[in-house]
Order: sequence, then C-alpha cells, then structure tokens
Amino acid sequence: MTNSIAEIEDADCIFVIGSNTTVAHPLVAHRVYQAKAKGAKLIVADPRRIHMTLVADLYMQQKLGSDVALLNGMMSVILANNWHNKAFVEERTEGFDKLEELLKDYSPEKVSEICGVPPEDIVKAAELYARSERSTILYAMGITQHSHGVDNVKCLANLAMLTGQIGRPSTGVNPLRGQNNVQGACDMGGLPNVYPAYQPVIDEGVKKKFEDAWQAPLSQKVGYTIMEMMHGLEDGSVKGMVIMGENPVGSDPDTNHVRHALQSAEFLVVMDIFLTDTAELAHVALPGACFAEKDGTFSNTERNVLRVRKAVDPPGEAKPDWRIICDLSTRFGLPMSYGSPEEIFQEIAKVTPSYAGLSYERLEKGGIPWPCPSADHPGTPILHKDRFTRGKGLFHAIEYRPPDELVDAEYPFQLTTGRFFPHYHTGTMTRNSPTLDREMPEGYVELHPDDARELGLKNNDRAKIVSRRGEVVSKALLTDLVEKGTIFMSFHFMEANANVLTNPALDPICKIPELKVCAVRVEKLKEPEAAVAQE
Amino acid sequence: MDVKFVRTICPYCGCGCEMLLQVLDGKAIGTVPSKTNPMNQGKLCIKGWNVHEFVHSPKRLTSPMIRKDGKLREASWDEALEFTASRLREIKEAHGGDSLAFLTSAKCTNEENYLLQKFCRVGFGTNNIDHCARL
Ligand code: SF4
Repeated sequence: MTNSIAEIEDADCIFVIGSNTTVAHPLVAHRVYQAKAKGAKLIVADPRRIHMTLVADLYMQQKLGSDVALLNGMMSVILANNWHNKAFVEERTEGFDKLEELLKDYSPEKVSEICGVPPEDIVKAAELYARSERSTILYAMGITQHSHGVDNVKCLANLAMLTGQIGRPSTGVNPLRGQNNVQGACDMGGLPNVYPAYQPVIDEGVKKKFEDAWQAPLSQKVGYTIMEMMHGLEDGSVKGMVIMGENPVGSDPDTNHVRHALQSAEFLVVMDIFLTDTAELAHVALPGACFAEKDGTFSNTERNVLRVRKAVDPPGEAKPDWRIICDLSTRFGLPMSYGSPEEIFQEIAKVTPSYAGLSYERLEKGGIPWPCPSADHPGTPILHKDRFTRGKGLFHAIEYRPPDELVDAEYPFQLTTGRFFPHYHTGTMTRNSPTLDREMPEGYVELHPDDARELGLKNNDRAKIVSRRGEVVSKALLTDLVEKGTIFMSFHFMEANANVLTNPALDPICKIPELKVCAVRVEKLKEPEAAVAQE
Repeated sequence: MDVKFVRTICPYCGCGCEMLLQVLDGKAIGTVPSKTNPMNQGKLCIKGWNVHEFVHSPKRLTSPMIRKDGKLREASWDEALEFTASRLREIKEAHGGDSLAFLTSAKCTNEENYLLQKFCRVGFGTNNIDHCARL
C-alpha cells in the first residue's frame, strides 16, 4: 500500500475495485464503513455483487476482465471535463501525451459496450474520484489475477497520477495483500528476480554486495517463477523442490497439472504445519511450527513490520522453520548457526536498506512501516510524497485486451474465484478450526437463478462444473450476487476446488495466472453420480 | 494454573491485526484483540477471534516423515535431515544448482523467508525461488 489502513477513514472518496474487502480484509472494510459514516463517497466496481455494494454510493458491475476499458473510460471522462490535476501531471509525471492520445478511443459509450457499465455511471465515478479532495483506491486479486494484471495495476496508477490522488494522506493506490506476510516474503527476496528489498539479481553491483555479505558466489541469472518451476518439473529441467509453508496443489491454477508436476519431481521436500495435499506428495515432510509457536516478524499490507511472539511450544517433534533451515543447511554443508530469529533479523537489517533502521528493540513498541533507513528514522506510512521511486511518475498508455479464455458453445459460462467469509485460502488452518468449519463445512458454486432454471438446478443440488482442465462437483447456491452467465467458486475446499478448473494463462510480465476468469460448462449431476459425489 | 497473555499478530490476512493469545498451562485457549494497536483498535474478524483453535488441532504434523515403499512414514529428525541434505547434494552435483527450485512462504516469518532464499542462493547458486505472491 502507498498509504496506511488508518488513513482510509479520512478519505472523501473510496474507490474499491476487484476487492471483496468485507470478506478478505475485514479490518480494512471496517475503515471504509467508518469513512462512509463520516460522509465519504464509496464507489465499488466488481463483477460480483459483493457485500460492500450494498452501501456503495455507486456500484459498477463490470464484465470479468474488462477493468482496463473501464478505467480508461473514467480517465477519458476526466480529461474531457478538465478534472485532472494539471500541476501534478506537469511537475511529477511524464508520458502524459501518449495516454491522452490513447484515451481518445475510450469514450464512455464505447467503453460501456465492453464492460457493460452504463456510460452515465462511468461519468459519475470519474467525477466523484477526480473531484473529491482525498480519493483512495483499494484493490486486491480481482485486479491482479488476470493475464493482463499488470495492465490493470498500471491503469490504476495512471488514474491516481492523472488526478494527483497520491502522495498525500488518505489517497494513494493501495493493494490489499491477501496473506499475512506476502509483503514480507517479497521484501525478503522470496522472488526469482530480486534479492531482499527488491535489489535486482541481474545488477552486477547488487550481486557483488550480496557476495560480500554472504561470502559466496551468486548467480546473476533470473530464476524460475512458480509456474515455470512446475513446467520445469514436467520437462525434467527441474529435478528437486523444497517447499516451505505453501500448498500449491490447492492454491495454483489447474490443480491436476500442478499435482502431476510435483509427482514428477525426483525429490520433493515440504515443510508445513499440516499434511496438506502438497505435503502428501513429498518424499520428505517436515513438521513446522505455527505462528503461535515462534518468534519473528510479519510485514502487513501497509508495510508495517510487526513482531510475532512465541506463546506455546510446537506439538510433538515440530520445530520453527528457521531452525529446520539452519539444521538442513548445516548438514548440506553450508553451516548456519543463528541462535534466534532476532539474530537473523539483525542480518536482514544489514542487507535490506528499507529495513536498515529496524530492530526487535524498536519493534517492541509497535509496528514500524518501511522504508526505515536508519535507527532514528520514524518509518514511512505514506509513499511517493514528494517524488516517485523512479523520480517522475510514468504514465502507461494501455489498450484493453480481452481475457485469455473466452466463453464458447462448449464452455458457455465464465467462472470467477474468491473467498468466503469464514475461510482462508486453501483451508489448511480455517478448516481445522472447529468454529470456522461449523460456519461453512462445505463450499458451493454460486449461480444466477435464471441460469439455474435453464439447467434444472435447485438450491443444494449437486452441480458438475467442467473446464478444459478438469471437473469438480459442488453444491449449487442460487443467487443474484453473480451476473447471468457467470459462476463463482472458492478455493478453500480441496474436495471441490475451483483451481481444478482455473486457467494457468500468465500475465506476460509478472507471470500472475488468470485465476479470476475462465470458461466452464455447468451440468446437473445425474442421480447415480450424485450419490457417489455425496460420499 | 499458569495463565499468560502473549502479544502477537494474526496469521491470516494482510491486515496484520495485533492480538493477545491467551495461554493456559501451555495451551492457547483464546484470543483477545489488542485495544492499543492503532490498526485494529480492539477489533478482530471471525478468523482472528478463532485463530487459537487450529494451533492444537490433532491433525497437526508432529513428526518428520519419509516416503518408504510409496508411503510417508514417521522418521527421526536425524534421519529426515540427513536424507534430505544428501538428496539435495546429489541432485546439485549431478544436474547443477539450477535443477532445484524453492518455494518460500507468505505464511512464514520474514526471518524464515530470508533464510530460505539465502539457503537457495548461496547453497545452490540459483535464483529459482518464488512464493505465491501472485495467488
Ligand atoms: S483478525 Fe481478521 S482482519 Fe485481522 S488480520 Fe486476522 S484475518 Fe485479517
């Protein structure tokens, strides 16, 4: 996030797009409601009629994967009405001409045909966002999990820069990170192209710096992303894999393919707190400690670095992953002798400029948002205040591209995916929590009542959903939360996991898979099949 | 009876709510939101309120396991680590460091993420490390 969660409360206009905030980030949603109570205007754009649409001042139900068109439409309206922030554009950005040229083709009327939102709503959204004093954008995986995810994000950045809604309190472009420490995992260099603090592996100087710090020769070649690793396992270029605390069988698109890939590994080791579907495929499974059983830090979606503290001992033989890595590394021939997470953190602060000023001692008082370059620096709740990371903010002129997989006669429905309120991700933790499991013991597929009628499906009937990659059986729930022609499923329930169906088509730049749209067919399950599925 | 409250962070979503885990005789039995934390201000969502429940689930993995004759069977740490280290060494020697790939985790701590990427980069000379940031 460019800004902090608390700031949302004082925004004058909040634009939520591709985020089911109430379910996925309840405490962010709380701030949105607070802001609303103080008089803020709320715009929600989502293909699914999520809870937040009930209180929105303006709801735009755009077609799946049409965000670029919608956002370009809003920007063309802003330009046509002179609602943009000319001073900001002039002083702090470049590339405006190209954007201006492109936007000529995105009149609200034309955009409306692509995204299904009435032109007058596009105008209204543009006006609310551009003309409010402090407007903030909140988005999540509904924006990023597309084969044009990077385009979507760039369009949001365009919108914020065009209107100068960035770099001030209660403004900004704010991605809501789905997992507690996805921010931290990225910050720590858990990515194939960067070391900690996003220092590029291809940079000679950076490589040298880490070679000195770690006293070892390093590779300057960008590594594989998760999807490339899976392909590598299948074509034999990757032989072995070490997985810590992830369940790609549940979370990655096209489950059957992922399972096949992991089964092709010559050697697979998985560290986890439960025997997940992924761990079941391992040659060695190692019991890790959960958050309550170890010390350490998490970095939340606001970039706040927070202290996690040990409350209880791990069960049985389980050990914190940091200890497992130390032991394994030492036996492998690379001795690691850290005595505590704090010691590791001290090393992190040395090689990670944005964490340089942080220490356990400082974090004792509460979280501190990075960048925090020195011990006397207070942390940075608002990014891009006076300048962007690269200096001037760059506009990108982006054309709309349709999703990778379109509906056809054989697969006439669009499937989109997301979360349900009591559950989390692949269900590893929530489904082992009795209270949460009781709230929702099994998943369902949401479909529009009109579609259900045509298919002869009633509530709680078993529906078979088939894509080009696989099929699953799930209970039907008739609801107008989804539009006609669209269905919705979660990936919490391994026995009926939407990711069996989803499309692994990747964004060409960041390699995010298109989890949010694919083409499927829905059938009513015939009686004998239904009996089997029931078991 | 030994009761304590341990200040820590919810492991679910990216909000990072601060909470006090209630511990009775070494078991986490409840969750109380932190009132003084400026982010969550004494609030948690349904997931946070029930977060202590999975900690002591009987289904937790409690012993290292090694696959033998197609089945995962319990093993000692010694055996599991020795076997893993030697297999990783063999693969690296036979096919090079780039033939190994590592997935780090959005659920683990910064310290653990840092160590795993260091192990991967230094131990194997490869940048084949990723996690499910995109998922
Ligand atoms: S309590 Fe709820 S909102 Fe807070 S971090 Fe946990 S899951 Fe997120």
